[in-house]
Amino acid sequence: MKITEQGSSTAIPEIFTHPDIDAWQRRHVLDLDDFTREEMELVFDIADAMAEVLTREVKRVPTLRGKTMVTMFYEPSTRTRASFELAAKSLSADTLSLDATKSSVVKGESLVDNLRTLQALGADVIVMRHSQSGAPYLATQYLNTSIINAGDGWHAHPSQALLDLYTIRRHLGKLTDLRVAIVGDIMHSRVARSNIWGMSTMGVKVVLCAPSTLLPHGLSEFLTRCRFSNVSIEPRLESAVEGADVVMLLRLQMERQQSGLLPSLREYIQNYQLTQHRLSLAKPCALVLHPGPVNEGVEVCPEVAHGAQSAIEQQVTNGVAIRMALLYLIAGGKRSNVS
Amino acid sequence: MSASLLIRGGHLLDPGQGMDKVGDLLIIEDKVVWIGDKGRAPQPPHKVIDASGLIVCPGFIDLHCHLREPGFEDKETIATGTKAAARGGFTTVCCMPNTNPPLDSQASIDYVRKTAEADGMVRVLPIGCVTKGRQGKELTEMFELGNAGVVGFSDDGEPVSNSRIMCLAMEYSQNLGLSIIDHCEDKEFSDGGTMNEGWVSARLGLKGIPSAAEEIIVARDLALAQLTSARLHIAHVSTKGSVDLIRRAKEKGITVTSEVTPHHLTLSEERVMGLPSVNGHQLAYDTNAKVNPPLRTAEDISSLIDGLGDGVIDAIATDHAPHTSVDKMCEFGLAAFGISGLETAFACLMSLVHSGELDLKTLVSKLTFAPAKIIGSKASELGALRVGYPADITLLDPNKEWMVDSQQFVSKGRNTPFNGCQLKGKVMATVFAGNIVYKDNSWKA
Repeated sequence: MKITEQGSSTAIPEIFTHPDIDAWQRRHVLDLDDFTREEMELVFDIADAMAEVLTREVKRVPTLRGKTMVTMFYEPSTRTRASFELAAKSLSADTLSLDATKSSVVKGESLVDNLRTLQALGADVIVMRHSQSGAPYLATQYLNTSIINAGDGWHAHPSQALLDLYTIRRHLGKLTDLRVAIVGDIMHSRVARSNIWGMSTMGVKVVLCAPSTLLPHGLSEFLTRCRFSNVSIEPRLESAVEGADVVMLLRLQMERQQSGLLPSLREYIQNYQLTQHRLSLAKPCALVLHPGPVNEGVEVCPEVAHGAQSAIEQQVTNGVAIRMALLYLIAGGKRSNVS
Repeated sequence: MSASLLIRGGHLLDPGQGMDKVGDLLIIEDKVVWIGDKGRAPQPPHKVIDASGLIVCPGFIDLHCHLREPGFEDKETIATGTKAAARGGFTTVCCMPNTNPPLDSQASIDYVRKTAEADGMVRVLPIGCVTKGRQGKELTEMFELGNAGVVGFSDDGEPVSNSRIMCLAMEYSQNLGLSIIDHCEDKEFSDGGTMNEGWVSARLGLKGIPSAAEEIIVARDLALAQLTSARLHIAHVSTKGSVDLIRRAKEKGITVTSEVTPHHLTLSEERVMGLPSVNGHQLAYDTNAKVNPPLRTAEDISSLIDGLGDGVIDAIATDHAPHTSVDKMCEFGLAAFGISGLETAFACLMSLVHSGELDLKTLVSKLTFAPAKIIGSKASELGALRVGYPADITLLDPNKEWMVDSQQFVSKGRNTPFNGCQLKGKVMATVFAGNIVYKDNSWKA
């Protein structure tokens, strides 16, 4: 407790005076499809302040003392959950971590009832991961508690996309007019979908690259309908990577091969693995990103994953700062709430 | 003197026989006994309904609905389902056999018929299974089911996947004068999809059901119908490709009929994302818009409407599929497929008449004369305003505006994507076998 008190004396006053903080009206973070550029920049600015907290010897501020964050994961996850928990703890929130694969869900309780219970227990923020696309949207229809979507099916993973953008911004100093190649299983990727929205809003040019069986049907029309003029599709990795500022790789789930979407892992590796040679086609200082967990030797060779251009580990670190920023904005960031 | 009812001064509309005039219609007991000019009825009736300003047409016939009984009485019963039918202007409903147990035996058909006689507000004509247990493996005893009163065969909800079994079903049912009704879906291809495959599924990250999953089975069934000369009926056509295939088959003389639902004619895949609200679009994954076959695209809708107009699509059927709130208040991917459609069908369809895409005569014929023809001899006296025929009559106000409130449904299934919609056109009264089984609250006639 002493330690926390000390933290309070060296809190982070600069973030309370951010000019845009009162503009934040959002109660939930479900996807980036309705985020403005200003909102994302606010998240990044606050994440900068949070990142500074994380470099201190005592990595803790009392900002969310007395608030409760519950992580409700209906699908296995290690890093996203750990990242949210660490973020909440660094803000002195109480955390409760529930594994829905082992809880009352198994006994037949519905998602809505399950989350209502958490609300009744006093959760201020529920961070949820679910294998079904749209599950958090269902939750917000019946709950007052704030919901942060920590990944829903193939649909969205907004905190991941924010940390991806934040990592790029920190390394390359800007986002506008950069060219990012997103490579891999676009069809099943919530990371790719959220990044399409976030990157487009931030003025990033996006190239989506995958074998055709791993691109969602209707993708071109989706891009046209939602006016993604800066997003293109390039089936060949070499062409996608050429001149890129960032290459973002996606995890290839082994069951994709089993369900017939790929003839063999071997052929995928031959055509879509990011090797040192293929990376050399990108800009000289191009960044390599991966949301993890990495299948080394499949979508990326170990030399690249751990090479000088890889920012994969920084993504993990930045993830905590981004999630602190989101929790702060959602659960206690309003000036009125802290004064 | 027997009970008589005079429907006076209504606009008598029966496109099947070209009737389109203002007049009176006299019912004694359960039959129509006289149709003629206003005020000329041969005897003073016991009761008079003033139908001036209303359309008086044959009672609607629904070729395709799910009454859920036996087995799923929490979703619907024969009592509640037929009450919803009466409210929707339907005097005859054909119920699909995907009950528990499925309607694949004389005993289960008898159960439905007896329950309908006791509890039903309107006529219930059961459809029997094509295969035992809807398993797609062995044919049902179709002669016996025919004798028990089924008006067609279907494994609805499932296609008959095995082409050889489908071929045998068509051959075996040939002499019964009954149609094989197929739910056309290549299940291995649709593979757990939950909505139309297209830009909306790409945007929402949902697994799609391609149009081709329907069209492949439509094409196969048409080839089998040509081979066997059987009577084939394609249920709930939803894609432009299917309409094109059926059009070509009809041109070749293949004995095929087809139906389309009100929701496939009026809603597109975009409805899954929710209704546009005042503050822009609040994204939703609306399980009330989850239906199989899925809501398709604007292009498909326009092709379906054309198909109705030029006769490629014979009938409109509701595919009324009631579910409990538990079945629908869950994750989109886990929610049940289906729309509770009986009580909104006519009003939805009237939106096409008001927008000029469909004329009222075509609409009425697709709900009366055309479905009667498809169920054949067992319905030979249905779907027409004729002396001597059962007094099944529907009274419509094509211009009455109302708002759909699913909480007011008499069906147990409140699962409708039309909840809150302002619609124009309403069923004002339904007469079944000479009795007024439904009368709109607002109507004081």
